[in-house]
Amino acid sequence: MKNRLKVLRAERDWTQAQLAHELEVSRQTVNAIEKGKFDPSLPLAFKAARLFGLTIEDIFQDD
Amino acid sequence: MNDLNGENGDWAVCNKKNTARLGYWTLAWVVTMAAAAFGPKLVWDFATVPTIVAVLINLAVGFGMILANRRHLQGLDEMQRKIFLDAGALTLGVGLVCGLSYELLEDIKLISFEPQISHLVILMCVSFMVGMVAGHRKYR
Repeated sequence: MKNRLKVLRAERDWTQAQLAHELEVSRQTVNAIEKGKFDPSLPLAFKAARLFGLTIEDIFQDD
Repeated sequence: MNDLNGENGDWAVCNKKNTARLGYWTLAWVVTMAAAAFGPKLVWDFATVPTIVAVLINLAVGFGMILANRRHLQGLDEMQRKIFLDAGALTLGVGLVCGLSYELLEDIKLISFEPQISHLVILMCVSFMVGMVAGHRKYR
């Protein structure tokens, strides 16, 4: 699954650690999601969407 | 957004606390296991009452360790839980398959010594560590 997490994070000038703090996950998990190595659960995807003020589809796209 | 300098605040602190708590319980369990294993022979000369007390304490601390492990698991994020689950599945599989085969070796006279449970425990520990390292590498 592709995602725009890294771009959205960069636009806000946030570090992975800061994003991880907001999502209540580890920095390693944010890194794995950004690289497309780990697909987040629906609750985590919703949390990310709420955080960025976007819909899930705006952040995550199916391959 | 907070300035966090690396690790991520409350969640990370809680995670570290849970890990430390699990470490203390594990250490306590090892100590009580050693007391129950060596105490009867080296300290109280196989007296029944202290031996039973030592075993009961070991069991109680063991259950405490299980609860601490449960709490630790609940505190992990979803990727960490997946890594833990995969490592646990590997450990269970390796333990079951190799443990039964190892036990069979003596029955069919391929080895002359009696299989030791400690060998299986060591194998399971190694399997779990390999699983955890492989999981972390996979998602790095």
